[in-house]
Amino acid sequence: AGPVENKNEAAMSELVPESRQKPVVPMKPLGINASLLGYIGIDTIIEQMRKKTMKTGFDFNIMVVGQSGLGKSTLVNTLFKSQVSRKSSGWNREEKIPKTVEIKAIGHVIEEGGVKMKLTVIDTPGFGDQINNENCWEPIEKYINEQYEKFLKEEVNIARKKRIPDTRVHCCLYFISPTGHSLRPLDLEFMKHLSKVVNIIPVIAKADTMTLEEKTEFKQRVRKELEVNGIEFYPQKEFDEDLEDKTENDKIRQESMPFAVVGSDKEYQVNGKRVLGRKTPWGIIEVENLTHCEFALLRDFVIRTHLQDLKEVTHNIHYETYRAKRLNDNGGLPPMTVETEENNESNL
Amino acid sequence: QFSDSAGYVGFANLPNQVHRKSVKKGFEFTLMVVGESGLGKSTLINSLFLTDLYPERYIPGAAEKIERTVQIEASTVEIEERGVKLRLTVVDTPGYGDAINSQDCFKTIIQYIDNQFERYLHDESGLNRRHIIDNRVHCCFYFISPFGHGLKPLDVEFMKALHGKVNIVPVIAKADTLTLKERERLKRRVLDEISEHGIRIYQLPDADSDEDEEFKEQTRASIPFAVIGSNQLIEVKGKKIRGRLYPWGVVEVENPEHNDFLKLRTMLVTHMQDLQEVTQDLHYENFRSERLKRTGKPVEEEVVDKDRILQQKEAELRRMQEMIAQMQAQMRMKPGDD
Repeated sequence: AGPVENKNEAAMSELVPESRQKPVVPMKPLGINASLLGYIGIDTIIEQMRKKTMKTGFDFNIMVVGQSGLGKSTLVNTLFKSQVSRKSSGWNREEKIPKTVEIKAIGHVIEEGGVKMKLTVIDTPGFGDQINNENCWEPIEKYINEQYEKFLKEEVNIARKKRIPDTRVHCCLYFISPTGHSLRPLDLEFMKHLSKVVNIIPVIAKADTMTLEEKTEFKQRVRKELEVNGIEFYPQKEFDEDLEDKTENDKIRQESMPFAVVGSDKEYQVNGKRVLGRKTPWGIIEVENLTHCEFALLRDFVIRTHLQDLKEVTHNIHYETYRAKRLNDNGGLPPMTVETEENNESNL
Repeated sequence: QFSDSAGYVGFANLPNQVHRKSVKKGFEFTLMVVGESGLGKSTLINSLFLTDLYPERYIPGAAEKIERTVQIEASTVEIEERGVKLRLTVVDTPGYGDAINSQDCFKTIIQYIDNQFERYLHDESGLNRRHIIDNRVHCCFYFISPFGHGLKPLDVEFMKALHGKVNIVPVIAKADTLTLKERERLKRRVLDEISEHGIRIYQLPDADSDEDEEFKEQTRASIPFAVIGSNQLIEVKGKKIRGRLYPWGVVEVENPEHNDFLKLRTMLVTHMQDLQEVTQDLHYENFRSERLKRTGKPVEEEVVDKDRILQQKEAELRRMQEMIAQMQAQMRMKPGDD
């Protein structure tokens, strides 16, 4: 595990900046070391970093991909407990389904506990909605690579910005339709192509359509299909850093994922508490109740435990892979003119 | 039994005689089922007819589906209820809508329907018409996804291509994925889009004098039917009912407050006769007149040798009849005596 090695790196160290060091990971608390003669104060660095993060805030870019109507916007709004994604209540007469996949990025700043997050939700309307969906993942792959290119251009500048704006996609939630049968051909094709350039987290949408048995069977089936087809979703096995990571991630990979989720922005009263849910004639489906669906697992995974790791893997693995390829293609020199349209476009 | 009062002839008894003959003969009905994989088609069919039409079902994985084209699979089952025999054929269309490029996926279906019409036309025009088997598709349940916002482009294209060939009944299965509000909104969207694209779905005929007008109106207002299928028995309040058990409650298949299953089933069984009639009087006649207009076209290659010989003989007969008619016409035109 670790950043991809570039053979030309040594030769280029004058032309190209060294790959950025990974930020220091807070150390796990050790038992009291009796041989320490006194208290030095090294551990205060954790507090210093925390304060720094709070001051500067951080960027997080999440992309959602899936057929229209699978609840993508609702889910993202539920995840971040804010209206960060505009729900399309369907294509009305004026808004036709786009003929090609569109990429729509909307940024919001949300704050919690003094920490500011600049969240960008990247929507992909039109994906999988046509009669002919051949290559409909291409605009998405192009967008992701364009963000890597943007970052690379900044990085190789002689006078660079102190903090390079990060528009790279840190996480791509792929929505699987809850058919109860198997993946669809389009699902396989998309994930095969994109798992190599971005962190893909597959989720089973609208999971309230399956009983517990059906859910378990479907998840097993999907996991098997992904494995048989060599699709590595996040967290990728090869990037587990140590045994602790591996154990934790193995459990997630082999039992929890893909998360079967339900989203909602409506609240109802259940047992005296206000809960987010869906009201049907046969009961209320509670979004954050683990016996009903796995939304809380997804939220904890993406936001509470693996948010930073998603960014790190994007930076150290996917971005480095892109960078290495670009530099190799150019014969080891930094790119001169780039043909992307990013100079004319500003998505944010 | 028969009144002997003066003036009573007795032909009022005819409907009973027809009824008795039909019961003895039994009924044939062909139902086609179309929709993407995983929309609950098979479960619904099994629930409707309280049977297991797909006992050894194999569900292929995504990688296999990439190569597959649309198949046509017909299963026939004989159902008997209170002395009335129904020979039901369910025509399934696995592979529909699965491929990444679904451009051609309803060609096979159109071909199948046309083939049944062709066969019937051929039998009807033949010499021996005693035992014509009616394999024409009388009704097509088209499954709309409950996960979308309305009709998908493929749904629109399919219905436009087939509304002149078969009675289309749009169905929303897996309706337990929707709240009541979402269901109403989806139904309204679907109806709006159907009317916007000029799609002609099967219309329920007006109620007869002896039918419940209000019930008919209610049924009509529920289209497209949002249904749930299941053959699993769950115990609710001491009774065993068919339903689906969730951690948050039980969805009951036959509860009209939960879904339109009962309405769909009632509509189907009480309209089997009408569905057959409309197929015969509208769709088949359309096909027939189109087909006969193009008599210049070569006969379908699918026709069997035996049929071909029969057809040749018929053609010969027709030619001879034409010749005779011509000769007669000529004779009439000739001046002088016959």
